[in-house]
Amino acid sequence: MQQQSAVPYSIIVFAGLLPWQFFSNALTECSNSLIGNTNLITKVYFPRMIIPVSSIFTSFIDFFISFVILLGLFLVYGYTPPAEIFAMPLFWIFAFLASFGPGLYLTALNVKYRDFRYVIPFIVQFGLFISPVGYSSTQIPEKWQWLYSLNPMVGVIDGFRWCIVTDAPNPMLKYPFYISLGVTIFFLWLSIWQFRRMEKNFADLI
Amino acid sequence: MDEIVLKVEGVGKKYIISHENHAGSYTALRDVISNKAKSILKRGSKQLPKEEFWALRDVSFEIRKGDAVGIIGRNGAGKSTLLKILSRITEPTKGRIEINGRVASLLEVGTGFHPELTGRENIFLNGAILGMSRLEIRRKFDEIVEFSGVEKFLDTPVKRYSSGMYVRLAFAVAAHLEPEILVVDEVLAVGDAEFQKKCLGKMEDVSKKEGRTVLFVSHNMGAVASLCNNAILLNRGEVEGFGPASSIIKSYFSSSSNSAYSFDLKHSAVKHGDDIVELLSGQLHDSAGNAKGTYKIDEEFNLTLKYKIKKSISASVVPNIQILNAQGECLFVCNGQDVQSLPEGEYAAKCTFPQNFLNDGLHFVVIAFITYYSTNYEHNFVLKNAMAFEIIDKLHDNPLRYNYVGPMPGYIRPNLMFKVSKI
Repeated sequence: MQQQSAVPYSIIVFAGLLPWQFFSNALTECSNSLIGNTNLITKVYFPRMIIPVSSIFTSFIDFFISFVILLGLFLVYGYTPPAEIFAMPLFWIFAFLASFGPGLYLTALNVKYRDFRYVIPFIVQFGLFISPVGYSSTQIPEKWQWLYSLNPMVGVIDGFRWCIVTDAPNPMLKYPFYISLGVTIFFLWLSIWQFRRMEKNFADLI
Repeated sequence: MDEIVLKVEGVGKKYIISHENHAGSYTALRDVISNKAKSILKRGSKQLPKEEFWALRDVSFEIRKGDAVGIIGRNGAGKSTLLKILSRITEPTKGRIEINGRVASLLEVGTGFHPELTGRENIFLNGAILGMSRLEIRRKFDEIVEFSGVEKFLDTPVKRYSSGMYVRLAFAVAAHLEPEILVVDEVLAVGDAEFQKKCLGKMEDVSKKEGRTVLFVSHNMGAVASLCNNAILLNRGEVEGFGPASSIIKSYFSSSSNSAYSFDLKHSAVKHGDDIVELLSGQLHDSAGNAKGTYKIDEEFNLTLKYKIKKSISASVVPNIQILNAQGECLFVCNGQDVQSLPEGEYAAKCTFPQNFLNDGLHFVVIAFITYYSTNYEHNFVLKNAMAFEIIDKLHDNPLRYNYVGPMPGYIRPNLMFKVSKI
């Protein structure tokens, strides 16, 4: 895609890498959060959801630090981002929700099935290839776009790229974005429901 | 003061004990899937053995504001499970609980502390979990630190604390953060005697002066008797008694196969002793030989211990008793006198408690055997909470009381003669 764009390749890739790194970080942290706090869970009562939520917030802070690197890249290349960059906070929320849903589900499963955590690095690695980090989502044939967008990170990364890269298309004008959004919301609902159902037994299982 | 703060209705808690013989200590998804697959292939084959275990069964009680309630029972009676349910850590399988107010719980050692955080941070963390604002915690901070006595290590991560420091800090936090209900498991056993006393005093303040509710699990009957006005006796997950502490404690002692005032270990699997001496039985009885657990203050009664000398040694193997009052304070220790080196065989040692000697109330007996060699001595064994008995005072027809029917303070109540003569 570097041929098609006037924007430096590293900025394009970094725009995708940034949310992806946040996602993989948050997913890993979040899924291990409950077992990492065994002694709090078995000894005191508080809403259990605080633990995974707070672990995502810590990943969010890491994310803002890598954001500084992006600003550094802007300076190095003398690149001026488009006005769309002000829409960025919207995609921060999207990224947050997209990682919170699966993370919450995985952390609850991790309490019950301890070997689940070995699956997570695999999900993260595989996910890198089915997300538009190193390439642009426009390279996926039109007829497969719907399947590709089932990955919620597709919507997130396309959104980030639109905010940072001048000539990236606006993903919100096309239907696949809404598939990503829908999948995110579905995951969120599913995992909150599952978490609430399982949290009663956390102290016994953990 | 009559407001009900805690209402427990028909609570039951079920655990499933599986007897699968896989090596892993946790459920692995891999095993679950392979087991499912196996059971599909071998349809109709026997199920994996699983057993239901009710840790609590149909537990109901009500606790009023300002009550101090002791929860007693043997190991495995469900005390800790009940506390876990009351502090909302796990949910009951059956039944419901109504709680009015915040619950601060101190379960086992290391309650709710994050090992990586320092003592100071953990105080704030615990306060936040209890729903207090930073300001409120800061107001209580100095008091907490002073009570716990860990000011020197306040900025050390709690993972480096000794277990005593851990418990001291944990108790201080839980007791000072003004919860409406304070739940304390038998953690205090870790602290030293002085700190235990301090904690009991603090819990007493919490319940009596500040009018908050205390739930207290302990095997130390003296502590329960002195702190709690009510007690719950649990046995195998069921409530066996709920009422005034002293009567519940007495029924705790008699709830085992033996009664509070007599026990027989001859055919029991539990043995107390070593290779020199073994305790066979103990009994409290009146001068006519009737075993009982309650004596009038002006009644003489006896304690008979039967024991077996298993190996004759050239030293005195001496029976020793200790009498504690309901507060767990030692009233006296007494060695058997005139015990010589004895040949092998069974012996009985009887001692007599004179009339008008102990004050009224609950008393506990600690039995020990000590071998006195020519220059040193050695404990053969110590049996705590061996027996309990109650001394009752005659409120009327007691010439010493005249018409006073209130409590008479003191540990002992001797009948000293006053010779009144005109001068």
